[in-house]
Amino acid sequence: MDNRNSKAWLYLLPAILFLGVFMVYPLVDVFIYSFEEGYNSASQTFFGYGIYNYSYVLHDPYFLQAVKNTLILVAITVPLSTGIALLISVGLSSIKKLRELFQTVYFLPYVTNTLAVGLVFMILFKKTAYSDGLVNLLLNLFGGSSVDFIDGPYWAKMFVLCFYTIWVVMPFKILILTSALASVKQDYYNAAKVDGTSRLRIFTRITLPMISPSLFYLVITGFIGAFKAYSDAVALFGVNLNAAGMNTIVGYVYDMLYGDSGGFPSYASAAAIILFAIVLTITCINLLISKKHVHY
Amino acid sequence: MTNQKDFEKIERAAARRKTVINAVIYILLGFWALMVLFPFYWMVLTSVKSYASYNSEYIPKFFTLSPTMQNYVDAFTAVPLGQYFLNTLVFTVATTAIMLIVIIPAAFAFARLQFRGKNVLFTLFLSLMMIPNELVVITNFVTITNLDLRNSFTGLILPSITSVFYIYLLKENFAQIPDELYYAAKVDGTSDFKYMLKVMIPICRPTIITVTILKVIECWNSYVWPRLITDNEAYYLVSNGIQEIRENGFGRENIPAMMAAVVVISVPLIVLFLIFRKKIMEGVARGGTKG
Repeated sequence: MDNRNSKAWLYLLPAILFLGVFMVYPLVDVFIYSFEEGYNSASQTFFGYGIYNYSYVLHDPYFLQAVKNTLILVAITVPLSTGIALLISVGLSSIKKLRELFQTVYFLPYVTNTLAVGLVFMILFKKTAYSDGLVNLLLNLFGGSSVDFIDGPYWAKMFVLCFYTIWVVMPFKILILTSALASVKQDYYNAAKVDGTSRLRIFTRITLPMISPSLFYLVITGFIGAFKAYSDAVALFGVNLNAAGMNTIVGYVYDMLYGDSGGFPSYASAAAIILFAIVLTITCINLLISKKHVHY
Repeated sequence: MTNQKDFEKIERAAARRKTVINAVIYILLGFWALMVLFPFYWMVLTSVKSYASYNSEYIPKFFTLSPTMQNYVDAFTAVPLGQYFLNTLVFTVATTAIMLIVIIPAAFAFARLQFRGKNVLFTLFLSLMMIPNELVVITNFVTITNLDLRNSFTGLILPSITSVFYIYLLKENFAQIPDELYYAAKVDGTSDFKYMLKVMIPICRPTIITVTILKVIECWNSYVWPRLITDNEAYYLVSNGIQEIRENGFGRENIPAMMAAVVVISVPLIVLFLIFRKKIMEGVARGGTKG
C-alpha cells in the first residue's frame, strides 16, 4: 500500500510543485503583501503591518477612476452582449442554410490576438489630422459631427471600449447559447405547436427556461470576465491608461506593480484583493439569484 | 368550397409571414457577420495600401487597385517582427509541451490510482480553479524577479505551465475508460506508466488535442505576464511586440505597416482554427474562458 501511495504522489509531484510555487504560495503571499506597510521593493524591507495600503488605494483618485470605468464597462457590456448573443443564437438555430458558415464567422474573434485586432479598431475609430476615420465618416453620413473616439471625450472612449469588449466576448457566448438551444428536446416544441402556442410564448415558456442554466453561466462568467478587463483597453488606448483616463482595476494593479508608476507590490496586492472581494460578492449574488430562477 | 379557399388563404398568409421572419433573421445574422468580418477586411486592405496612398485618402477607399507587399517587407525589416514571432513560437511550443508532461500524469493519478488523501487533494485542486490570475501574478512577478529570471524563456514559461482546469478536464475523460481494461493490462503485467502511455493517452487523444489547442491559443495571445516579465525586445512575444510597434515602431504613423504586422500575427491562429474548427469550438464550449 505504501509503495502504491508513493507512486501516485510521484505522478502528482510535478503538478503539485508548480501549483504550490506559482499558485498556493502567491495566494498566501499576496495577503501578507497587502498588509505590509511601506514596503520597499529595492531593499525588500517594510515598517510594519496594518491596513494603510488599503486606505491608500481606496483614496487614490486613479483607483477610483479605474473602479468607475470598470463598473460602467460591466454594467453595459454584460447585459448587452448576453442579449445580443441570445438574439443571434435564436436566429442561428431557426435557420438551416448557411448556419455552419455563420457559426464559423462568428467564432473568429475568439482566435484572434486581442492586442492586434484592437489596433484595427483604433484605426477605424481614430480621428487624425489627415483623416477622420471610417466610423466618423459614417457618422457624418448620418448627419452627426466627428468625434475623436480614442483621444476625445470620456463617453466616446467608453463607447469604443464597450464596443470592442462586446465584439471580443461574443464568440464564446454565441457558442454556448447555440449548443444550449440545440439541446432543447424537439418534443416540447412539437407539443406546443399542437396546442397552437404563439412564438413568443414558446420562447418565454419553453426556450428560456430550458436554456436558463447556460444563460446564467454566461452571466456569471461574463461578470467575472468584464471585471478583469484590461488588454482590450490597452489595445485601444495604449499602455498609459491612467493618462487616457480609461484605466481598469486590473490595469491599476499592473501599473502599481510595474511600468512607469510601478514598484509598489503592496498597493498592487491591496487593489487585487479589493477586486477579488468585489468579484466574489457579485458572483455570490448571481448564484443566489440563479438558484431562484434557474430551471434545472 | 369556401372552407377550402379560407384554408388556402390562411396557409398563404402563414407562408408569407414565415418568409418575412426568415428575411429578418438573415438580415440580422448577416449584419453581425459583417460586424465580425469587417475589421479583418479592413486590416488586410490597409496592409496592402501603400503608405502614401493611405495617407492621401481623407475618405478611406474600400478597395485598392494597386496592392503592395512593401508593408510586409517593412514589418519584418523595420521592426524585429520575425524575432517576436520566433519567441512566441518557442514560448507556445515549450509551454504546451511541458504542460502536457505535467498534467497528464496528474490526471492519470486522480483518475486511475488509489492513494490516501486523494479526495482531499482533488478538492483542493478544484478550489484552486476559482483563484483569479490577478491575485497570484504579483508574487510570481516578485519571485521571478528575485530568481533573476526576467527576460528569459524560463521566467516566461514557468508560471504558465500548470492549469488545474485542464487536469480536471483530462481526469474526467480518463475516468470514463472502463476499469476492465486496466485489470486486463495488470494481468498482462503492464506497468502503470506503460498503461498510461500505451492505453490511456491513445484513447483520450481527442481530449488531449483539445487541451493542446486551447493552450496554444492562450499562449499565442498572452499579454499580461510577458509584459511584466520582459523589457528586452529580444524576448518580446507578439502581443508585446505589437504594443511596442504601436508605441514606437514605424514612426507611429505608418498605419499600413502596422496592419501588415497585425495580419502576420493573426494568420497562424486563424489557419489553425480553420483546420481544427470542430475541435476548437467543441473544446471551447467545454472549457473556454475568454468572455
